[in-house]
Amino acid sequence: MSKTKEKLINKKGLRVDGRKPEELRPIKFEIGLLDKANGSVYMEQGNNKILTAIYGPRELHPRHLALQDRALLRCRYHMAPFSVEERKSPAPSRRKIELSKVIREALEPAVFTELYPRTSIDVFIEVLQSDGGSRCAGMTAASLALADAGIPLRDLVVACAAGKVDGQVVLDLNDAEDKLGEADMPLALFPQSDSVMLLQMDGTLSQEEFEKAFNLAIEGCKRIYGMQKEALKAKYSVKKEDLEDLEGGKEG
Amino acid sequence: MPLLVEKRQLVTPGDLIAEGEYRAGENTYERDGKIYASKIGAFDSRDNTVYVIALKGFYIPETDDLVIGKVIDISLSGWIVDINAPYNAMLFVSEVFERSFNPRKDELSEVFDIGGMLLAKVAAFDRTRDPVLTLRGPGLGKITHGRIVEMTPTKIPRLIGKKGSMIDLVKKGTGCQIVVGKNGLVLIRGKKPEDEASAIKIIRIIEEEAHTSGLTNRIGELIKKLKNEVGISVQDKGKTDQ
Amino acid sequence: MDSSEIIPKVVRKGISNLLVQDKRLDGRGLTEYRPIKVETGIIDKAAGSALVSLGKTKVLVGVKVETGEPFSDSPDEGALTVNAELLPLASPVFEPGPPDENSIELARIVDRGVRESKAVDLKELCIVHGKKVFVVYIDIYILDHDGNLIDASAIASIAALINSKMSNYTVKKDGELEYTSGTRALPLQNYPIAVTMAKIDGKFIVDPSLEEEKLIDARLTIALDQDGNICAMQKGGIGTFSTADVLEATKIAREKSGELRKIVLGK
Repeated sequence: MSKTKEKLINKKGLRVDGRKPEELRPIKFEIGLLDKANGSVYMEQGNNKILTAIYGPRELHPRHLALQDRALLRCRYHMAPFSVEERKSPAPSRRKIELSKVIREALEPAVFTELYPRTSIDVFIEVLQSDGGSRCAGMTAASLALADAGIPLRDLVVACAAGKVDGQVVLDLNDAEDKLGEADMPLALFPQSDSVMLLQMDGTLSQEEFEKAFNLAIEGCKRIYGMQKEALKAKYSVKKEDLEDLEGGKEG
Repeated sequence: MPLLVEKRQLVTPGDLIAEGEYRAGENTYERDGKIYASKIGAFDSRDNTVYVIALKGFYIPETDDLVIGKVIDISLSGWIVDINAPYNAMLFVSEVFERSFNPRKDELSEVFDIGGMLLAKVAAFDRTRDPVLTLRGPGLGKITHGRIVEMTPTKIPRLIGKKGSMIDLVKKGTGCQIVVGKNGLVLIRGKKPEDEASAIKIIRIIEEEAHTSGLTNRIGELIKKLKNEVGISVQDKGKTDQ
Repeated sequence: MDSSEIIPKVVRKGISNLLVQDKRLDGRGLTEYRPIKVETGIIDKAAGSALVSLGKTKVLVGVKVETGEPFSDSPDEGALTVNAELLPLASPVFEPGPPDENSIELARIVDRGVRESKAVDLKELCIVHGKKVFVVYIDIYILDHDGNLIDASAIASIAALINSKMSNYTVKKDGELEYTSGTRALPLQNYPIAVTMAKIDGKFIVDPSLEEEKLIDARLTIALDQDGNICAMQKGGIGTFSTADVLEATKIAREKSGELRKIVLGK
């Protein structure tokens, strides 16, 4: 039975969840909530609920995998069986493997891996609930978790998707928009140097639409970058006078 | 050329903190003549060097650091010691035995067995090889009794305090011997388990509130309170019958 | 073996000294549980969910209700399956990969408690005899391991089942399932609670913390239902319990399970 295609953008130009085309979903960060991990961040973006954690730098076993000149950054993107409408098997899928790779390639340039040769830095991204754009949220949260772990970074990495829905270019697609829309383009950015760390696209976009979506995604990234910094500062805010006593300790 | 950040201001990785004639100090890096923070922490500068006092970090060994470690393996060359760092450390046989002595593996475990705790110093470390420990020094060697607690290494300076003021307060207040390892492990030895438990409680509070003001006073008050509750024997006369 | 699994002798001695006074490393009494926090309804896409903190241990359970075929030996009953993942982010010793013997044992212990107590009335979940039933999936996600994953998972599983909602439905004459408006709770009729105990230096402790778990060589888990019947038991580890120990353990479990059930149902 075919249904008439649902309108994803109504007459007033608002999307299914009431957002305007260039509006982000509400975002929330909770930093350092896990006890065992070296760094951890829980993030919500709309209905996405993502838990990320970092272990490392730590000794790498088996030894033969170790790199002599830098740390090995490993990344695991994984989804909970209850994270989507129809229960998902927890076994690795081709999608999870691909996403683990592109996420790792986006995060690695940010990390000063050369400071910790022969170790591993393990990034775990667990999607507890998924509603479109979970790889972007996962990367954004993971980069904050790396900072929470005290691992030196060139910059925070931030990611956001833009795409096309009902003929219009929109920012931050949710699951319905991703499935029923015409294009979805996740992008990760190194804000400081304006470098693109991850770029994927599926769907169709004209040159003009692509440029519009591309710029919109970059703008979305910059907005989220500001939220990342605020979240870190809120967690670690310190009175200036008390910092005197903290000097003198040497860390990695 | 300007410093772009106020002293003691909180910075996050990627924040631009200085341009031009400055040197990139700890927890910062330089790119195209600009200096950026690489960790979350407080900005500071000394002479021409800008640096960031990290608020969160892990322990990276440096020569002469006093550390508390756990023996996790024994090889023919010596003991492998977990010092709460990204790299395990090595305590060579020659640190304990004369050079001509050729020990077998079971003789090594008689000296320090797996699970044994040591107070040691870092003799050498560069990133191309694992850190090397030495036991040559006053008070170094096997730890036979006491309680050991672990703390985030970045907060260790707070536990010690300016010129040792905080740690002295805790030592006097609980009557415990306290040895603070640079690697975040702290050894507490008291006359009674209650004294050790009090010291641990106080240390946990210092860790929790390391970044707040007035901590020294609050700790002083807490110690007074605990003395009354538990009857910590600081003098020779115990207060209550435990 | 990860270096974190090695307990220093000095720490072992410290624990023994405290036990002499019936105290534990973290100041607890022998039969005291760590603080428990239960939060439900966190995952909207799941039928039900619960996040439980037991001290620093954190477990998230999601329940999914889908349709499927019944087991051949129970054609008129819905199906129940429990799966556990020891997520690598929960502990430095957990590695990514398929469930290992520990996560399988964990899932099966929780399963036993839920199944044998008939917590879910599976007969109510039959759609078409022998052909189609509702399948209840309980997925246990360990998020932070600080000891006693069994009890935390069991509490979270029951809390998630209580929190679960399934769509109202009718079964048409031809056996077709039709969902109607509104939701209903799962057909729950019992609330099993697991209590895990171990012996150190001859004394029974409940709710072992991670450090205590590294010392013990055997643990005993006993689950009781709300009527006071024992519905599951599991001894784990290579050590032994005397016959007197086992009887004492059932007494401790009976007392503690009542306390814990109040906390779970109170939410």
